[in-house]
Amino acid sequence: MILANILPPGASLYAHNVDVIYYTLMGVSVLICLLLLIVGGVFIVRYRRGSPAKRGPMPELLSREIEIGWTVATFFAFIFLFFWAAAMLVSSGPAQKGDLEIHVVAKQWMWKAEQPNGAREINEIHVPVDTPVRLVMTSQDVIHSLFLPALRLKQDVLPQRYVDMRFTADRTGTFPLLCAEYCGTEHSHMTGKLVIMTKQAYQKWLEAQPGSADVAGMGRKLFTSLGCSGCHGRAAHVRAPDLEGVYGRSVQLADGRTVQADKDYLRDSILEPRKDIVAGYEPIMPSYKNTLSDSDVLRLVAYLKSLASKEKDQ
Amino acid sequence: MSQAAAQAADGRPLTYLSNGFTLRSWLTSTDHKRIAILYAVSITAFFFLGGIAIGIVRLELVTPTQDLVSADTYNRLFTLHGIVMVWFFLVPSIPTTFGNFLLPMMIGAKDLAMPRLNLFSWYLYVAGGLFTVYALIAGGVDTGWTFYTPFSTMFSNSHVLAAAMGVFVVGFSSVATGINFIVTTHMMRTRGMTWMRLPLFVWAMYATSFVMVLATPVLSVALLLVMAERWLGVPIFNPTHGGDPLLFQHLFWFYSHPAVYIMILPAMGVVSEIFPCFARRRIFGYQFMVYAMVAIAVIGFFVWGHHMFVSGQSGYANLVFSFLSFVVAVPSAIKVFNWTATLYRGQITFEAPMFYAIGFVGLFTIGGLTGLFLATVPIDIQATDTYFVVAHFHYIMVGGSVSALFAAIHFWWPKMTGRMYPEIWARFAAILMFFGFNFTFFPQFIMGWMGMPRRYGSYPPEFQIYHVLSSAGALVLAAAYLLPLGYLTWAYFRAPRAPRNPWHATGLEWTTPSPPPPLNFDAPPVVNEGPYHYHPAEVGPEARPEGAEDEQRASSA
Ligand code: HEC
Ligand SMILES: [Cu+2]
Ligand SMILES: [Cu+2]
Repeated sequence: MILANILPPGASLYAHNVDVIYYTLMGVSVLICLLLLIVGGVFIVRYRRGSPAKRGPMPELLSREIEIGWTVATFFAFIFLFFWAAAMLVSSGPAQKGDLEIHVVAKQWMWKAEQPNGAREINEIHVPVDTPVRLVMTSQDVIHSLFLPALRLKQDVLPQRYVDMRFTADRTGTFPLLCAEYCGTEHSHMTGKLVIMTKQAYQKWLEAQPGSADVAGMGRKLFTSLGCSGCHGRAAHVRAPDLEGVYGRSVQLADGRTVQADKDYLRDSILEPRKDIVAGYEPIMPSYKNTLSDSDVLRLVAYLKSLASKEKDQ
Repeated sequence: MSQAAAQAADGRPLTYLSNGFTLRSWLTSTDHKRIAILYAVSITAFFFLGGIAIGIVRLELVTPTQDLVSADTYNRLFTLHGIVMVWFFLVPSIPTTFGNFLLPMMIGAKDLAMPRLNLFSWYLYVAGGLFTVYALIAGGVDTGWTFYTPFSTMFSNSHVLAAAMGVFVVGFSSVATGINFIVTTHMMRTRGMTWMRLPLFVWAMYATSFVMVLATPVLSVALLLVMAERWLGVPIFNPTHGGDPLLFQHLFWFYSHPAVYIMILPAMGVVSEIFPCFARRRIFGYQFMVYAMVAIAVIGFFVWGHHMFVSGQSGYANLVFSFLSFVVAVPSAIKVFNWTATLYRGQITFEAPMFYAIGFVGLFTIGGLTGLFLATVPIDIQATDTYFVVAHFHYIMVGGSVSALFAAIHFWWPKMTGRMYPEIWARFAAILMFFGFNFTFFPQFIMGWMGMPRRYGSYPPEFQIYHVLSSAGALVLAAAYLLPLGYLTWAYFRAPRAPRNPWHATGLEWTTPSPPPPLNFDAPPVVNEGPYHYHPAEVGPEARPEGAEDEQRASSA
């Protein structure tokens, strides 16, 4: 009963793997502590002042060999532990295209999430079980950190930058969601729930949400309403790069650099177009820094991404 | 006229303590021993200030809701605790008191190489302390001791500038002390005191000094940049103007990880003096102990990234920092083995310093092993920024360093004050401290792994039981810290006078009277053997004789 209390529940395969490492380390540590306790304890009792234990000549000769011996032994034991844990990290692999993408925006002091169909939630994130999920996160102010103890996952969420968190839950239930990076007055209230549901329940829930629409679709609308298409559209009179398929491509810049058009690049292109000018174009694109909310930028980026995948699918 | 012959007014030989009683004689003294006392008094004051702050925090945490103090006050309290304990207590603790007092004596010198710089560094410490106290009185700081950007530069509505200034200024004090110790160790060793004859405490001070001198400027620069951004609006860390908030974390931890070694190396030095003395044995593997300390100091500079596994730094960087963090643990493990092996075939006695030293090894081992957990990336992802980390570094810094500090206080108390201390009380306090400590911090490992984040004034109710245990432990711990304050004050005035060398210890500091005369030695001592010669190399030690008949030993030497 108490044990079940002390061992936090795990809700993914990854969490179970982490636990295996944790309990192994725990076992090794307990062993080392016991060894030290026994050896130290025996010495303390046996060699207390005036005890009859033999002192006699000291086996000094041995000390160098012993010293080198346990240095090497500790070193290899540690290196083994390192490799074991590192192997697990490396094997988790890159993001897949089919991942369910949920956008998370952190701000003092709440978590805002947006499902792929545009359904929004605050301080709650609903996800389906047995489905690879990717949280794409950014912050509107200071650094926060999304902490999902049941998944053994934590990731700092930074302003002006996107970070990912990926997981595949294998168990339904409601689990805590916390902010782990100190972020000001109400830091300890920046908490919520991670709700892991069966796939059917998740679909039902999703459809029942008000305001659901497809995020990329909303991005497409913004693209027209904000006038992006006026320059970037096929029929535009201004010379601006075609954005079809730009995501994931490498882009040649006017100053000679070549960059990968990832999410951060797209975001910068919209908010700070002067930073990276595409080679061969005039720097006429206006900055949308003060007109767009973080969620709007996320939608636009999602739209641009969807253009890329359409092209690849053909 | 020789030093020892000089008489103070009361007819006793002149000592550094009786060499002037006015406040002025203390505040202008360049005697390293008096400056050590100045530091001892000031760090004690800050220790209790930081202690009161965390006392209120622990009281608040007895219930899951935020009820005793407001959320803002809570944040200011743990920030105050962190800033005061790290920069105004732990970093200066052993070096500025025992380092100052003992380093010259252990190498047979009459003072540090730069006595006036030494006094100046104390004034810098006080100046830094005043900024911090100002920040506190003006309303406090709420950034955490880590000053993370952009919160500290753009968002916090508290006295960040004053606090950062305080830490900035006290950094110069560290650097001055470090330079002084390095120069002293190089230039002032007496005849025959070769490098491989230095007591390990001196080696520890030497290694610590290098870390202080090399790491502190990086912190100073980082804080200067924070001040520039906050005060003048220079965009450095603020990402909306193209700054990088992670740059601050890199700079901060480039100092603050080595700072852990600034706090623990001196403790290792202390324990390495005490184990041989009370086991009557030569230290096991002297040379390895030296190399281990140097290795810790050097490798310690390359592991800072293990504080940033979840910060968004690259996964490959994480692996490199993880690897190096495992490597830096090896020399620490070696030291633990060597201390234990020093007991083998000893003639062990258990006075209070030995109690504290044994406690140190136990707590440091637990702290070190949990450090391996945190060096393992997937474990750290779960544990970082939770109470697991809080428990881990308190095991190192409080269980380790503070236990060693108390070991040092009792071990060298007779030398510093010329009085003994009440042994029974001291042993009782040592045991109380050990249990109080574990009682306070062990539950934090459990709740941390379960997912209790740090810096939370209110928390999910399932963690309450652990918080209650921890707060109860803190009460015991507080009693264990107050106890020595009481009996040592008593001892200073009333306890029996101490002989030169009550422990029959080796080391030059024990060859001068207790308390030592202003210039330490009558004539520069000459050294012709290595440290810790408690017994001939080939035969095991004899039991330490009872009583304090060390005068004959000193005169026959
Ligand atoms: C006034 C015309 C104009 C408008 C309006 C405009 N852009 Fe641009 N955009 C450009 C030009 C010209 C460039 C190429 C030069 C540069 O990099 O600044 C460009 C570059 C870009 C790029 C980088 C393309 C690449 O190939 O790397 C992106 C992404 C982009 N724009 C997105 C947008 C979005 C989204 C909007 C609407 C919110 C928008 N633009 C509105 C003219 C415009
Ligand atoms: Cu937070
Ligand atoms: Cu560190």
